[in-house]
Amino acid sequence: MNRPYLKPMGMRKTRRIQDSLFWIILSIFLVFFLFIFFWMFISSFKPNLLIVSDPPVWFFTPTLAHYGEVFERNPFARYLFNSLTIAVSSVGLSLIVGLPAAYSIAKYKQDGLALALLVVRMLPGITFLVPLFIVYKRLGLLDTHAGIVITHILTVLPLIMWVMIGFFEDVPSELLDAALIDGCSQLGTMIRIMIPLSLPGITAVAILSFISSWNNFIFVLILGGSKTMTLPLAVYNFLTYGQVNWGALCAAATVVTLPVLLLALVVQRFLAGGLTMGAIKG
Amino acid sequence: MQRNAGPEPERTGQATNSSRENLVEGENSGPAGREAQYAQPTGLLRRAFALIDRNLAYVLPAPAAIVILLLMGYPFFYTVSLSLQRVNVTMTRFSFVGLENLLEVLTADERFLNAFLITLYFTVASLILELVLAMIMALVLNRTFRGLGVIRTLFLLPLVATPTATSVIWLIMMEPSIGILNHFLEVAGLPRSLWVAGDTSVVPSLVWINAWHGVPFVMLILLAGLRSLPTEPFEAARIDGASKLQEFFQITLPLLKGAIVVAMLFRAIDTLKVFDAIWIMTAGGPGRRSETLHIYSYLTAFEFYDLGYGSAVILVFMVIILVISAVLIRLRQRAWL
Repeated sequence: MNRPYLKPMGMRKTRRIQDSLFWIILSIFLVFFLFIFFWMFISSFKPNLLIVSDPPVWFFTPTLAHYGEVFERNPFARYLFNSLTIAVSSVGLSLIVGLPAAYSIAKYKQDGLALALLVVRMLPGITFLVPLFIVYKRLGLLDTHAGIVITHILTVLPLIMWVMIGFFEDVPSELLDAALIDGCSQLGTMIRIMIPLSLPGITAVAILSFISSWNNFIFVLILGGSKTMTLPLAVYNFLTYGQVNWGALCAAATVVTLPVLLLALVVQRFLAGGLTMGAIKG
Repeated sequence: MQRNAGPEPERTGQATNSSRENLVEGENSGPAGREAQYAQPTGLLRRAFALIDRNLAYVLPAPAAIVILLLMGYPFFYTVSLSLQRVNVTMTRFSFVGLENLLEVLTADERFLNAFLITLYFTVASLILELVLAMIMALVLNRTFRGLGVIRTLFLLPLVATPTATSVIWLIMMEPSIGILNHFLEVAGLPRSLWVAGDTSVVPSLVWINAWHGVPFVMLILLAGLRSLPTEPFEAARIDGASKLQEFFQITLPLLKGAIVVAMLFRAIDTLKVFDAIWIMTAGGPGRRSETLHIYSYLTAFEFYDLGYGSAVILVFMVIILVISAVLIRLRQRAWL
């Protein structure tokens, strides 16, 4: 049907001009939005003398010295471990608690609970931080992994529930009714039908909430310390303590950002859906 | 309902269960139905399971509700009560002062007013910039081409990248004397900027960074909106000889109203709450030129350790967020009617 060779000459030409124009504009956008990552990445391999040169140097012999500084002179491996364990545990716990609740809100149309959830999602973390700080200090939870995981649940749980309500609502109710008629229990329909059918959504939300926990800064800034130092806080300390070493800073920033960027690229199929689901629905 | 009435729930349980089993037996003839019956656990376990199964609407959300109440409800009321107290720096003396803190925040605190105005400036400027940029991008991307998925994901990277790390890199790039952004400005023949170090350039610089972070999200929602638009109005407009510009302002924009309001709602909430980028890049400076409500809340509570007054500031900050969100939610409901 759409055979370009059947179209008159002029139309084909404008089409090609339009196409190349489109790609040019798109490339400008991409450079605009992604330049910072490129700059961070190449600066992390640049010898210190060249980093501060003006005009900037684009070609150089890469060095691993900055990564050496990050991993050898600072316990970045431990910070990495902290970030990872805190993110995985808070996401795991929130999934266990949040999925049934999200299912219930979607299935039984518990709009009151949904509204409460929306309010919770809107509030900034600092609303809860003063009391938590006092309570933690009394209970000895400051600078403990358990304490930090609990606070991360504060942001991760509402996120998981909010996005999953939308996904659960999308599963056609006929499937559930069919399972019920076949003698499946209510709980059984959730575990055997709803959860498997929503697996792409669950993957998406798990990754999104992993990223949100990984990126979190303010909780560990206030309630954490040297034992629970996560990567974002470590990067921040790089900036504030001692003289600023740009190369090492770029290397540290790369170490924090790269896992998230790679994760986003690997699961790109689910990502856009997960990000917009919470906004468009509900 | 009558949990300790003994036989009562059992009977009702059996009633519903047996009716379902009848249904099952009615549907599946003979052996299959009996097999299903044998597979059910018996006795107490079965009754407990049936009880849970019938009350799933309460059982399923209960753990989450408890967690939320414990982690957020309790601290919330604690914050309210703290805002009515004066707390000394070592947190050993708490004295009740009534509404004194709140009144001071609302009527006598110039620093709070400054923070409020800066938050407003930062948020409104961010939203406008994000909407315009995202709209242009969504209109450009609103076509099918090879590699759409990959390109869309690439645009999402600013959204997921760790704000702490990107703020640090922005800070390096915006360095006034040797930063690369000033180099670009010079190449383009524009004057150098002080970026976040300048009194007047600090908020626009932060707005720029916030927009860089938020535009992809707005674009995603607008793109989804654009793709779901009906084609008839556009065909009609083309027949009537409308220009592309007319088409956009008179058809696309009104039809996209719902998507726009939703995107702005979520971005407004997020922008009011921005902390990481501002704290890392300026910590509210130079002077108090970029001290937003979130930064001021943090400073009073966790730098000056004035927990009572800090709680009052946080409470007012929270109310402001809730009011703005409520207005936007109303707008959204109206936009979709």
